[in-house]
Amino acid sequence: MSYEFNFGAVLQHWPLLAHGAWVTLVLTFWATIVGFVVGTLCAMVRTSGPKWAQNLVAAYVEVIRNTPLLIQAYFLIFGLASTGMRLPIMVGAVIALVVNVGAYTTEVMRAGIESIKAGQIEAADCLGLSRRQVFMHVVLRPAMERVYPSLTSLYVLLMLGSSVISAVGVEELFGTSNRVQSATYRNFEVFIVLGGVYLALTAIMRLVFWVVGLMLFPRRRKLGTPL
Amino acid sequence: MNTVFLVSLLQGLLGTIILSLLTFLFGGLAGFAVALARISPVKPVRYLAQGYTQIVQGIPLLVLMGLAYFGPILAGYAAVPPLFAATLAMTLFASSYLGEMWYGALISVARSQWEAAECLGLTRWQRMTRVILPQALRIAIPPTVGFMVIIVKNTSVSSLVVGYAELTYNAKIINNATFQPFLYFGLAGLLYFLVCYPLSLKARSMERKLNVANR
Repeated sequence: MSYEFNFGAVLQHWPLLAHGAWVTLVLTFWATIVGFVVGTLCAMVRTSGPKWAQNLVAAYVEVIRNTPLLIQAYFLIFGLASTGMRLPIMVGAVIALVVNVGAYTTEVMRAGIESIKAGQIEAADCLGLSRRQVFMHVVLRPAMERVYPSLTSLYVLLMLGSSVISAVGVEELFGTSNRVQSATYRNFEVFIVLGGVYLALTAIMRLVFWVVGLMLFPRRRKLGTPL
Repeated sequence: MNTVFLVSLLQGLLGTIILSLLTFLFGGLAGFAVALARISPVKPVRYLAQGYTQIVQGIPLLVLMGLAYFGPILAGYAAVPPLFAATLAMTLFASSYLGEMWYGALISVARSQWEAAECLGLTRWQRMTRVILPQALRIAIPPTVGFMVIIVKNTSVSSLVVGYAELTYNAKIINNATFQPFLYFGLAGLLYFLVCYPLSLKARSMERKLNVANR
């Protein structure tokens, strides 16, 4: 017996899939923005905060990096629900993703910040830059430029990982596919289409990160040399 | 808290470990093949391996699970055992990342080592097994141990589409019965942590030892 493909039945439901892809992108967008801020703040604390705060951040990073995202999402979302807190599911999903990706961002940004030579910071101090200026212009931006490729991969992986969040009932791309499956009984085709859409989303995200990189790092754009 | 549930979590942990070991075995073999294909002298083979890596890394593991679960229908198998589908998907996933990692290790062996081996008249096979692999292995082991953590964590995804009874799956079932998410997902998280953290520490200490020359 040979299997007959029927993509038509699946593609009929394209508005549903397109909506799912949009929700995935929205989730990824907020998780990336908030996750980056949280991760960068944690990396600052980890490199130059008081000892107890450094240990706290280190513990947070280790706990998150050594447990699965799915368990974290269940723990947070079902846990918060069990305490009687009523959050919109999208907010819960973004919180779960931020908690997860924040820890990874901390590690990446810490590596970047630690790669800035002490002499650079001393030179900036001698030039009379304020602490804030030193951090923003001499530490943060070059650090970010150095680890930008890692950040790109990290947030693409976040987008792919967000499919797991469908398990708590978020109707993102993977979540909507359940409905297409039960409407068409074309499970294998649904997954092939899903794979294609995720590949396209990956390509779009890499493109966006490349463009944002060009805008954020004029030095690199003009000279074309790694820092 | 109930011993039945605790035993169920430990059984789940066993399932997680079995799937992780199978993944590491098959994913390692396939990943090694991908790494070798990446440095093949035949151009199409190189491109094929690169395309494979790009595609697998651009698709979520959850979708790979679905493809592995429903794909065998092409060969006429309407239903495959969950462990089979989970292992297949995890193997695809792991082979693409391990292949990339080991390819990096292979090409980071100094160019002159390849050339010297060739000048000494070693065959391709001898050059690979006697000169390049021993040096690449040293570079490849720390990130490989680090990747084992990622394998263990990602087995949790197999609880979703294919429904393989591992730790997350059992924790979810217990939670459905007890409605104590903090307790049981916390315990499951603790078990994952107990497996993963030693591996993470090992990977880091090996990395530090390897990097001794660069400090």
